[in-house]
Amino acid sequence: MKLTLNIWRQKTPSDAGHMERHELSDVSPDMSFLEMLDVLNEHLQVEGKDPVAFDHDCREGICGMCSLVINGTAHGPMKATTTCQLHMRSFKDGDTVDIEPFRAKAFPVVKDLTVDRSSFDRINEAGGFVSVNTGGAPDANALPIGKVEADKAMDAAACIGCGACVAACPNASAMLFVSAKIGHLAHLPQGQPERARRALNLVSTMDAEGFGNCRNYYECEAVCPKEIPIDFIAEMNRDWRSSVLKGGS
Amino acid sequence: MNWLLAALRSSLGRKMVVALTGLGLLGFVFAHLAGNLQVFLGREALNAYAQGLKDLGALLWVARLGLIAMFVTHVALALQLARENRAARPTRYVHGGVQQASPGSRSMVFTGVMILLFVAYHLAHFTFGAAHASHYAVGSDALGRHDVYGMVVAGFSEPLVVGLYVAAIAMLALHLSHGVQSVFQTLGLNGPRYEPIIKRTGCAIAVIVFVGNVSMPLAILMGLGPFSTGA
Amino acid sequence: MELNSGIPGGPLADKWDKHRFEMKLVNPANKRKFSVIMVGSGLAGGSAAATLAELGYDVHCFCFQDSPRRAHSIAAQGGINSAKNYQNDGDSVHRLFYDTVKGGDFRSREANVYRLAQVSTNIIDQCAAQGVPFAREYGGQLANRSFGGAQVSRTFYARGQTGQQLLLGCYNALSRQIGLGNVKMHTRSEMLDVVVVDGKARGIITRDLVSGKIERHVADAVVLGTGGYSNVFYLSTNAKGCNVTAAWRAHKRGAGFANPCYTQIHPTCIPVAGDHQSKLTLMSESLRNDGRVWVPKESGDKRAPHDIPESDRDYYLERKYPSFGNLAPRDIASRSAKEACDNGLGVGPGGRGVFLDFRDAIQRVGDEAISQRYGNLFDMYQRITDENPYKVPMRIYPAPHYSMGGLWVDYNLMSTVPGLHVIGEANFSDHGANRLGASALMQGLADGYFVLPYTIGHYFATHKPEPVSTDHPEFKRVEAEVHERIKRLTSASGKRTPDSFHRELGRLMWNNVGMARTEASCKEALEKIPQIREEFWRDVKVVGGHSEMNMALEQAGRVADFLEFAETMAHDALTRDESCGGHFREEHQSPDGEAKRNDDDFCHATVWEHRGEGEAPKEHREQLDFENVQLATRSYK
Repeated sequence: MKLTLNIWRQKTPSDAGHMERHELSDVSPDMSFLEMLDVLNEHLQVEGKDPVAFDHDCREGICGMCSLVINGTAHGPMKATTTCQLHMRSFKDGDTVDIEPFRAKAFPVVKDLTVDRSSFDRINEAGGFVSVNTGGAPDANALPIGKVEADKAMDAAACIGCGACVAACPNASAMLFVSAKIGHLAHLPQGQPERARRALNLVSTMDAEGFGNCRNYYECEAVCPKEIPIDFIAEMNRDWRSSVLKGGS
Repeated sequence: MNWLLAALRSSLGRKMVVALTGLGLLGFVFAHLAGNLQVFLGREALNAYAQGLKDLGALLWVARLGLIAMFVTHVALALQLARENRAARPTRYVHGGVQQASPGSRSMVFTGVMILLFVAYHLAHFTFGAAHASHYAVGSDALGRHDVYGMVVAGFSEPLVVGLYVAAIAMLALHLSHGVQSVFQTLGLNGPRYEPIIKRTGCAIAVIVFVGNVSMPLAILMGLGPFSTGA
Repeated sequence: MELNSGIPGGPLADKWDKHRFEMKLVNPANKRKFSVIMVGSGLAGGSAAATLAELGYDVHCFCFQDSPRRAHSIAAQGGINSAKNYQNDGDSVHRLFYDTVKGGDFRSREANVYRLAQVSTNIIDQCAAQGVPFAREYGGQLANRSFGGAQVSRTFYARGQTGQQLLLGCYNALSRQIGLGNVKMHTRSEMLDVVVVDGKARGIITRDLVSGKIERHVADAVVLGTGGYSNVFYLSTNAKGCNVTAAWRAHKRGAGFANPCYTQIHPTCIPVAGDHQSKLTLMSESLRNDGRVWVPKESGDKRAPHDIPESDRDYYLERKYPSFGNLAPRDIASRSAKEACDNGLGVGPGGRGVFLDFRDAIQRVGDEAISQRYGNLFDMYQRITDENPYKVPMRIYPAPHYSMGGLWVDYNLMSTVPGLHVIGEANFSDHGANRLGASALMQGLADGYFVLPYTIGHYFATHKPEPVSTDHPEFKRVEAEVHERIKRLTSASGKRTPDSFHRELGRLMWNNVGMARTEASCKEALEKIPQIREEFWRDVKVVGGHSEMNMALEQAGRVADFLEFAETMAHDALTRDESCGGHFREEHQSPDGEAKRNDDDFCHATVWEHRGEGEAPKEHREQLDFENVQLATRSYK
């Protein structure tokens, strides 16, 4: 396969950045998207040019490190699939592919397609946990949790923190990510004592990090590689509302 | 009260206020529609209704102030949120596009601003008589009441005015098609089970508001029903 | 190099209790005065960093990813073992201990494994308390499944994402401590060397992967939780970033490297599709609960798989191991697949694959139930191969997956360098020559939550580290060496990319020191590795500078370390003149192809001491004494 790639290049966070055109002719349909970029980078390095920086690690769709907006869609055209699991058979010979970083004020570009998503970590530090120290936990079966609720918690906990929701949202809002964090623990008895605090603190940190506001476009849901439903956003809104009314305790 | 102020500064708090005021304004839209539809009942009914409203006196002003407050809050917060939204993505995508966002959701700010402009025009037209002053100045009816019926008929006899109203109401309908179901999501009042119902209700409301509101200018312009010249 | 394992005396079941009592404690008020550098934020590193901070230590945690939540522990799918015996099927601490020792082919340390089995029950309790969404029964109790190498159901799981959920549990605990200011987190930071002052590990040198800045960090103890070295094969199921650099640098500063030849080849991976392949994808071994492994009986059978009648299929695992069948341990399942392919019976492109067939299971329980159990794995398989496993049998082939070998540690998880502790996959301690499924997560969390937090206190209380600053000449010296090495890489003006060398090394290691090894293949590797290494330094090309984000430079540094490490690994594989667990020497097998151990000569851990680049490492041995289990021939028939 032959492809024309338009790739965002930006040397440093303060650089303006621009799209750069590359032609790639030795693409196999069995390659993953990142393997295709590997091939490009091999060519670039042999030519003595700076390879394209992009984040990736597990390449199994679970670590959440890979990103990229491909032809306007976060993680590319295949539903419920991270970029690393997207294969080139989703493209046709002769296609032009535009590759951009996840764009948001809260995700500043580090270099080329690499962005800084530490804002997600800071949101989690504000309360995305159960305050329990190691040791002294009761027997795991002492607290029965019905399968339906446990499954619901798992649906939310499946979030890999990739940030595609932010990238896809026309407002760069992080609501799906935050609601998945809140939803995971809100559906478990272990999460109840801190439920109200958690909702308030995560939301206020989310605001402070400079994400946009949710306008219920539901673009986040469409690109989420783990198919986390927007119902969790409604749940978070409910949790937050009742936390405020309870005075935030 | 600090907790309340803090909550109202939060993105979620402000969105909920926008949702609640939107809901209030929707109530007004329905009341307004119900009142105005009396134009189909003839001059007497509509003028009596209009006079009745005026006779409310101070109460009318309370209602008006409440409405203005809701309107201003709704618009101001929505615009503030929209400004933040723009700032949240300083560099736009070169290759844009959406997956499942509805046209209504994508045009909320645009339709909102259009509605705002229309409201100003509409007030100038039928409340203050500043626009197309001849329509407002139709004079009084036999009982000495402002001839609102005559004003409306005069106003909607001009194709350009009707076109403007129909376009504006289309904006409102588009705004509501997303706004109504959005209220439920923002207030956290929905759930997977109710979601299809809520979505359909939202669309139904948009259709009712559209059909109800355009029925008047179109009927008058085209001379249909009670407005037919033959009758 | 002195190897004192420090195993406490007394009966096996009482050793850990007794040791915990005998260890010295640090006064709670004094803990804040002791600082710990934690390299790695996976299950071992993350859990240790969080727990040490909870106890009051001053913790500095480093990871090369952009967030501690991305560590490769996240990719574990299947589950975590624990001797809870919730299923009432005869499990116990002793049985988990025995299964692990036997699974490891009697090449692990009894006392460590017993302790692991003991704390395994605390782990599940701890994780449940953190809100890890384990699978549940309708009645609300925890669900279990069985896993390769065990005849009891003791594996706890969270859909196909157990590793992710456990990691998020300890990431959340770590987040809490970061938020409280008890842990200083350094993301996108790569450790490039250990600083040893007066014989004790006192700090590390790191490179900030964003700015390229080389930094010195000092502490009273250094802990490595830096994972395994399977990427020495280039193609493995490990994440692309997984590397041996931290462990190797520590090794060069005096930490003994134990059993590097013990690598685990996972049987259920998606076969290689072409030369472009950058990594291999594992599918949970739980697939073997319902899938049946087979190859055609006739070589070159061109029929579509579902057209091959039962009589022409060889369900070779069921045939050879009637009692364990498709659930035979990983090394056995992997080797059998290789054997089938070596005999020309392999399927798929290149003939390196065997079928994993769900036809019978689907007939038995239906598409729906299979999708419930394995839906996400089937989807993943289809995305990668473009084949529908509900209709066509999956093709699988073994792939390097885990390294049992690692830095040598004593019972307190301390390496041969005082103050340098090693936890999780990075150490060698618990799995012997082969790891059982669902035991890696268990070991990582055992080390991090329940072992290191005790033993490191003992180190502080007994060694009382003197105050040292980063201005110490030793810090300056090591930093200068790091700079020198980076300069050497960036100024090399060859033609080949670091990746091309990594591929070349990987191919050599896979062919010669992979799933099966011989004396000749190891010797050949030992001859060729130095050649590749020389060529690397002569002909590598690293584009870009060092004071910026430079992924080519990062990769070049890691490849350079793999090129040194590979030689020690080949030495070890050559020296261990027996077959055991994941180390299969073709010379040592029974007539029906089973691994043949040599307990008389090799019932020990081989620990290598670094003696300088290009020089053969020095061999040391830690004898393994089995007092509680009988050394037996591992049989899964």
